[in-house]
Amino acid sequence: MEEYKLITTSSPHIHSGESVQKIMFNVAGALLLPAAAGIYFFGLRALILIITTVLAAVLTEAIFQKLRGKSVTIWDGSAVVTGILLALNLPPGLPLWMAVVGAAVAISLGKQVYGGLGMNPFNPALIGRVFLMISFPVQMTTWINPVDGTTGATPLQIMKMQGVSTDYARLFLGNIGGSMGETSALLIILGGLYLLYKGYIEWRIPVFYLGTVAILSALLGRDPLFELLSGGLMLGAFFMATDMVTSPISKLGKIIFGLGAGIFTVIIRFYGGYPEGVSFSILLMNAFTPVINRYTVPRIYGEVKAK
Amino acid sequence: MLKTFRGGIHPPYNKDFTKHKPVEMAKIPDRVIIPMSQHVGAPCEPIVKVGDTVKKGQKIGEAKAFVSAPIHASISGRVSAVEPRPHPGGGMVVSVVIESDGKDEVFEDLKPPKPLDELTPDEIKSIIREAGIVGMGGAGFPTQVKLSPPPGKTIDTVIVNGAECEPYLTADHRLMVERPEDVVMGLEAVMKATGVENGYIAIEANKPDAIEAIKHAVEGKKGIQVVELATKYPQGGEKQLINAVTGREVPSGGLPMDVHVIVDNAGTCAAIATALKTGMPLVERITTVTGPGIKEPKNLLIRIGTPFSEIIEQCGGFQGEVGKVIMGGPMMGLAQSLLDVPAVKGTSGILILERKDVVLAEQSPCIRCAKCVDACPIHLLPTTLGKLAERSMWDEAEEYHALDCIECGCCAYVCPAHIPLTQLIRLAKNHIIASKKK
Repeated sequence: MEEYKLITTSSPHIHSGESVQKIMFNVAGALLLPAAAGIYFFGLRALILIITTVLAAVLTEAIFQKLRGKSVTIWDGSAVVTGILLALNLPPGLPLWMAVVGAAVAISLGKQVYGGLGMNPFNPALIGRVFLMISFPVQMTTWINPVDGTTGATPLQIMKMQGVSTDYARLFLGNIGGSMGETSALLIILGGLYLLYKGYIEWRIPVFYLGTVAILSALLGRDPLFELLSGGLMLGAFFMATDMVTSPISKLGKIIFGLGAGIFTVIIRFYGGYPEGVSFSILLMNAFTPVINRYTVPRIYGEVKAK
Repeated sequence: MLKTFRGGIHPPYNKDFTKHKPVEMAKIPDRVIIPMSQHVGAPCEPIVKVGDTVKKGQKIGEAKAFVSAPIHASISGRVSAVEPRPHPGGGMVVSVVIESDGKDEVFEDLKPPKPLDELTPDEIKSIIREAGIVGMGGAGFPTQVKLSPPPGKTIDTVIVNGAECEPYLTADHRLMVERPEDVVMGLEAVMKATGVENGYIAIEANKPDAIEAIKHAVEGKKGIQVVELATKYPQGGEKQLINAVTGREVPSGGLPMDVHVIVDNAGTCAAIATALKTGMPLVERITTVTGPGIKEPKNLLIRIGTPFSEIIEQCGGFQGEVGKVIMGGPMMGLAQSLLDVPAVKGTSGILILERKDVVLAEQSPCIRCAKCVDACPIHLLPTTLGKLAERSMWDEAEEYHALDCIECGCCAYVCPAHIPLTQLIRLAKNHIIASKKK
């Protein structure tokens, strides 16, 4: 028999075909649902805001990777996801230069300084948002009403200041003031269900996060449905708390993460100075993730209990 | 309800290449290369020398140690060399090379033993030992050793592994369809040898014809049940199989006998039946020659020692540009660098992948998606183990149970970042074991 050049790499010799790029672009695709709601309610400026943050995030990623002498991996889609997520976390009327700053901070301080994709402890989009909230508190809390374009308060602010609730249907469909991604619970849930179906997010974090908020709200005498549908909770639970890089790897860890984020969200909303606590709650749980991973190592098959 | 375990994956099974193809007798090769080590344990010592004539079934390698299995000539002819030759398991192994005389004569001293009913447990064990029977699923553990647990260990269950969960392979499938009574007879022999009254034949649900045939063959047999398993990889992993069938867990670092179970492959059982019926030791086996890279995929009954090149030729040769020639299945098989290696007792399949089927993707950073965690059938944290191995942190890897890894390949299969997790964990295991030996 003639000589053949045979490949001798190690087993397994087949692969599922999954890739980081595929995951990221699927997440980005799912985010287009809430983004579409934002554009529908807030118009062209919302679209421009999204494009701005995505471009700024991708560009920052490329510049940093060049500076660090690494190969430029903007096509993995992770910066695109960060860009869209950040835009969904901003007031639609935010000056564009501030959005650029937010995106640059998200990618640089939120991700690249730690070593890039997979190394960051905190959700980069949330780092960008919190940076903007601290730097530009007024602009970051100037909300536009979808209907007439006038400024107004978000349902959570109205609840905090006046104790007045908002109609469920409006909350569910998204016809309310707020960040563009906070508006339509319906489309966020649809996007989340798509990712669940594709196996790109895991059900435990959103279910335990939302469940904890609902149960604690009810116990504390608040309206659980209002708490679930208002603010950034839906977006946070489905798209930010589930970020693979910054959430625990074990199933029990994911449950703890969801519980913790839920508890922090309720504490901040009910007792804190801010009307909304989703960003801070998720960031706090991001900080706990390494510890959670350390203490939730699954019991292995056949593990004999220590004597 | 189909029985199964927690974790695992659903790769494309690709069994259609060969699952309906009856087993064909391969041509008797002109030359066989028979390695003196085809099993777990001590290699055999060759007891023939260059120039000797041997016949089919004649012992040519003596097993001196307890954990070992003798080796027999698979054709009749003249010994032309006794020297180290490349082994499909890697490295060079002393092998006996036999040139065929074309007569395929059977060794005169072989004769059928007494019927199974009249044999004592010790006689059965000795027949199995002398027939050189080892686990034929690939691992190659000497079967007789399994049947002889040390004092204090009791066995109450025997499971025949007919899961054949590796994609592409259909050797056990065809065996169970075509010779179900041999599989059952082998199980009965093992049960009798160990005094066990509970026997199971476990088969994945994607082989309904095999389940049907085996169910028919066990009709009226006492204490033997057919178990249908969910089709999931690695359902045929010994630990996963025991868990699915009995609900028991083999303790970490332990053996099936620690939970009173013996697992034997369907092929092993058929080999036992052959030895009991004819006295012929293990000199041939069914191997599935398959994959997109071979012209005529087949289930072939081949003589042990037949070179891969000859088997491939009998299946019409390569199709397209050859990428990998793998002994075994795509999940755990070994990619070969040479085609003159011989098929051995554990060669359940020869899988040919085309160049274009071979995924050589660039590795990207771990995004902690935990797909490997969900897939691991041992419930390890492959991502953590992989990172520890990359940093040569062997002690920490041991704390994270690296040694419990069964190297099934699920983690690397699902990893979207194409991190060679299985290989990294294997590396960690090797380091940990090496440091223990010091």
